[in-house]
Amino acid sequence: MCGIAGLIHRGSSADIGSQMTSMLQALKHRGPDSTGFALYGQEPTKDYVMRFKVAEQEDLATGFDIHDEIKARMTTVDERLKELGVTIKNTEQVTEYALRYTFSHEGDLKRVIDFVEDIEGVEILSIGHALELIKDMGDATVVSEQYKLGGFNGTHAIGHTRMATESDVDIRSAHPYWAYPFNDVSVVHNGQLTNYWSNRRDLERRGHRFMSDCDSELIAVYIAHRIDEGDDLHTAMSRSVDMLDGVFTYLVATADSLGMAKDVMAAKPMVLYESDELIALASEEVAIRSIFPHEIDTFDPYEGEVRVWQS
Amino acid sequence: MAELNSDHESHKLGMHTEQLAGRTQQVFFSPSAEENFTYPDGINVDFAKETEFDAGSMEIRDVNRKLRELMKEGYGTITIRNPGAKHSLGVGILNRLNLNFDGSLGYFGCGLCDGPNIRISGRVGWSCAENMMAGTIVVEKNAGSTFGAAIRGGDLVCMGDVGSRTGIDQKGGTIIVGGRSGAFSGFMMQRGRMIILGDAGKNLGDSMYDGTIFVGGKIEDLGVDAIEGEITDTEVKWLEAKLGLYGLEAPNGVKNLTKIVAGKQLWNYDNLEPSEKKLVL
Repeated sequence: MCGIAGLIHRGSSADIGSQMTSMLQALKHRGPDSTGFALYGQEPTKDYVMRFKVAEQEDLATGFDIHDEIKARMTTVDERLKELGVTIKNTEQVTEYALRYTFSHEGDLKRVIDFVEDIEGVEILSIGHALELIKDMGDATVVSEQYKLGGFNGTHAIGHTRMATESDVDIRSAHPYWAYPFNDVSVVHNGQLTNYWSNRRDLERRGHRFMSDCDSELIAVYIAHRIDEGDDLHTAMSRSVDMLDGVFTYLVATADSLGMAKDVMAAKPMVLYESDELIALASEEVAIRSIFPHEIDTFDPYEGEVRVWQS
Repeated sequence: MAELNSDHESHKLGMHTEQLAGRTQQVFFSPSAEENFTYPDGINVDFAKETEFDAGSMEIRDVNRKLRELMKEGYGTITIRNPGAKHSLGVGILNRLNLNFDGSLGYFGCGLCDGPNIRISGRVGWSCAENMMAGTIVVEKNAGSTFGAAIRGGDLVCMGDVGSRTGIDQKGGTIIVGGRSGAFSGFMMQRGRMIILGDAGKNLGDSMYDGTIFVGGKIEDLGVDAIEGEITDTEVKWLEAKLGLYGLEAPNGVKNLTKIVAGKQLWNYDNLEPSEKKLVL
């Protein structure tokens, strides 16, 4: 089933970490397998923020050697970054397998990404000046506490609670997806795509990479592909509604915007609250209510609809 | 159940011109027929006995349980404050009751009801009033998709806009939408009437067997086997009366509503269940 949520503050910022945690916790019944956040900081930094993992949570149960392997992978990441001239400013080990780095780099970022992800077990979850992508097993409260997301100040966010239907229960298949290799672009999706494999093959032939077997990743890669071809976000999303087959509602966030698209059957839910100060969207109104103590007017976007808002 | 006869009020209005025989015949609700209120769980209430409670911090099951307890105590007019868009509130009420929700409901609100008059001051999520048999439900703001799925009777009214697949599989009763209704409204409709005062999304009335849809705004396009019909004088009378009950008006008068009915090219709606048909054929 899955639950998705998004919010964007217009011209201001707030504790989006706590707000998104509340919204996703209210959607827990739609998917208990994993929870993910894509949070966009208040002031984009000149440095890059990289969130990555060096193992899956389930790998920790595979034996004693994994702990040494994780340390070895982290060392290799540092060595490869230095080899490519990356200046590491700060490192933070959030869990045994999840890390947050800030760094500066003047060279080819895609080369850095590919070189790091070439290390076995290493996956970059996001790179950007504003985006921080966090996803792990458990409900929103568990993941939020684990990664200390309460108090994260920013302008906008999207999030996802997953009920696995198309692929494994692991971090790799959890949402949001980062639209590799584009800074600050992330996607969450509710639904099933029936032309996933044919489009995946097409995009792989064009040089794009897929990290999972989850159909939702196709949307992130397709949006990245269209932006690379020169589309703006709204145009890329409008094309996706025609290209994607199946049932879907998805959200895309960039450094300064939030977008929403629904399939032509409007088969998957989305409730929208819109005011001058804030846009909030979710699979169920109960999620929006979790951040509003007062009565509000909401509505369902219609079939085939694409909307984009700026922060 | 009330017996069907040609003297029934709706027949006087000429609303049923394709009466079927046998198993699929429509049996009309009659307020004078006491047997409509003899469900084992039906409760006799006193409309003059009023109460209210706050659902803000209550679980869904507890809200519905509290509602049932109050009805058993004879309360016939109940207001529930702060429903908070919770799912499945006010379901399975099988007796007369004046029920007010001061706020919004989530999914499956007021489903499986037979008799209550319900007013919701906010919005409702997907599948409001699913399988309603009788009574009235009025939503003062917007509604989500599959509004009034498979209803068999009663009046279901949304003053605002409604999502897609409104009245999917509708088998009777009346659905009124004050604003726009999304794609596939009236999909596989079998009986009853739907009035959309605003625009209708694409594939309106797709694969409808029977029933009538009236639209006040633009129709994006018609679904398979849905065709335009000619509005009759009796329908004009009925529409004026029905909309008047809820303080609504057609944007350009009821005479200018567009009437959509089944073309019946796909019509395969006879008296026999498939298993029986095998025996006969």
